[in-house]
Amino acid sequence: MNDRSVNREMHIATRGLSVRFGRQQVLRDVSLEVPRGQTLAIIGESGCGKTVLLKTLIGLIEPTAGEVSFAGQLLRGLNEKQITQLRTKFGFVFQNAALFDSLSIADNVAFPLLEHNRAKDEEAYRIVRDRLAEVGLPPAVMVKRPAELSGGMRKRVGLARALIMEPEVLLYDEPTTGLDPIMTDVINELMIRTRNTHPVTSIVVTHDMSSALKVSNRIVMLYPISRLADHEQQIIFDGTPNEIEKCKDPRVAQFLRGEAGDRLESA
Amino acid sequence: MLASLFCQIGSSVKVGPTDTLYRRGAVRLESNLSYASSQLPTPAERPGFVAATLDSVADLGEVVIESVRGLGEITLFFLSTLSWMATRWPRRETLFASLYQIGVRSLPVVALTGTFIGMVLAVQSYSQFRAFGLETQLGAVINRSMFRELGPVLAATMLAGRVGSSIAAELGTMRVTEQIDALVSMGTNPIRYLVVPRFIACLFMIPSLTLMAVFMGVVGGGFYCTFVLDIDQYYYYSNARYIGANWDLFYGITKSFFFGAAIAILSCYRGFHCAPGAEGVGRASTAAFVQSFVVILVFDLLLSITLDNVYYWLWPHEAR
Repeated sequence: MNDRSVNREMHIATRGLSVRFGRQQVLRDVSLEVPRGQTLAIIGESGCGKTVLLKTLIGLIEPTAGEVSFAGQLLRGLNEKQITQLRTKFGFVFQNAALFDSLSIADNVAFPLLEHNRAKDEEAYRIVRDRLAEVGLPPAVMVKRPAELSGGMRKRVGLARALIMEPEVLLYDEPTTGLDPIMTDVINELMIRTRNTHPVTSIVVTHDMSSALKVSNRIVMLYPISRLADHEQQIIFDGTPNEIEKCKDPRVAQFLRGEAGDRLESA
Repeated sequence: MLASLFCQIGSSVKVGPTDTLYRRGAVRLESNLSYASSQLPTPAERPGFVAATLDSVADLGEVVIESVRGLGEITLFFLSTLSWMATRWPRRETLFASLYQIGVRSLPVVALTGTFIGMVLAVQSYSQFRAFGLETQLGAVINRSMFRELGPVLAATMLAGRVGSSIAAELGTMRVTEQIDALVSMGTNPIRYLVVPRFIACLFMIPSLTLMAVFMGVVGGGFYCTFVLDIDQYYYYSNARYIGANWDLFYGITKSFFFGAAIAILSCYRGFHCAPGAEGVGRASTAAFVQSFVVILVFDLLLSITLDNVYYWLWPHEAR
């Protein structure tokens, strides 16, 4: 196989992925392979390109260079209809849930079903009720608007919406950011429960180490390009949760322990 | 101290084009990302006179390129809206919500605007017409101005402020809070779901509202002339029924279709390419109004010229 082509046996794979916004390079030559069923945590400090990487996987951001493939199919070159079809196999949990504030909770969660004609109104709302129960929300929230819910509840609604199409891949963008410790653990447990009840591949972008260690079976750490030498890879760690705890790289260790170190001056 | 100030100015010149790019929304950075500004020049790299001049020429070039690119992007955005409109009509409830929001909710303010324009026209023209003893002709003058020019343009301006800004702010907030990304991630085309209903609503509601503004202007002008200025009702109304009123009404309403389309496309485009944060949303809604207004004026001139030519082509004897 050509070295520059993606590994098509993987569920999701990227090869030589670069993303640049104007003059700002965010991702440089990132190659990542995620086998089916794995829960991968992408960690790294704010601004290192984690979210951009996640959004590139689903085509929300076009890579400047490199390839993304899903189940052996390259995203580049797909037409509008094919990419729409492909996106229905993904569930994306956004950082602030990104619920539509003009719609009720029921309509928010039912949105993908109704939009793709997978179910009629009554059937759709029945599924919505089940999904909301799965994430621990009572049917009473269905008539509410997103603005009436707390941050934790909104995240759970976001998870229910991501789950409703029974996706093959779940992408979580900082699922525990901004939550209290108890709600953080609720979300962690929900992610684990989801993985156990649905056969999904999950990619979790987070900078919450306890969450990454708890939910994932593989951790990848991204480092900002601005602090890397030209020849260095942007992925500075790739291994299991056990391995990261023993990692000798001072940059990884610093992140793991949450120490400011010399960054106080240079940041 | 002074040297560091110069260095700052130098570096701000250097980053100018990036800043322009960013404002124009060509770079869609996510609100939650902050990148290290490693590319900024250090004080030691302060450009000399020649370099600074060349830089400003390059900046100017970049601004021109960005303007052309922006125009191209708006055109593509418009074409994409048209193609989605042709392939899949929006769901009834989505469309009705837009029609209600843009049409029905704007009715009172547009009716009020129309009434007052009619009355102001009466006040302004009365003294001049009275000097020649032509005050009974006021009806034709007021109606003609309302039909052809003031009705469509002022209604469109009013609606660019009311409808355009709110569309840009709403879609801008959706962009900033990742709701547009969420739509895309669920396999829904945001142009089809968000832009097409608003475009259709503007395209049909703005001419309808213009009709209302024109009607209220005629009523307002007539009311003021006959009741306040005491012009004889019989002569006023018989002169107001002038020949060519149908063409003039057609003329005004044709313009308002274009104004409606321009308001919808510019406002949706501005909202879609909103920069992060509250400031970005504010800027998008201001830009939506200002650009819609400028485009309304430009379209007004071009359409007036075109429609006059059409008129003389259809009725050549009128040209003499």
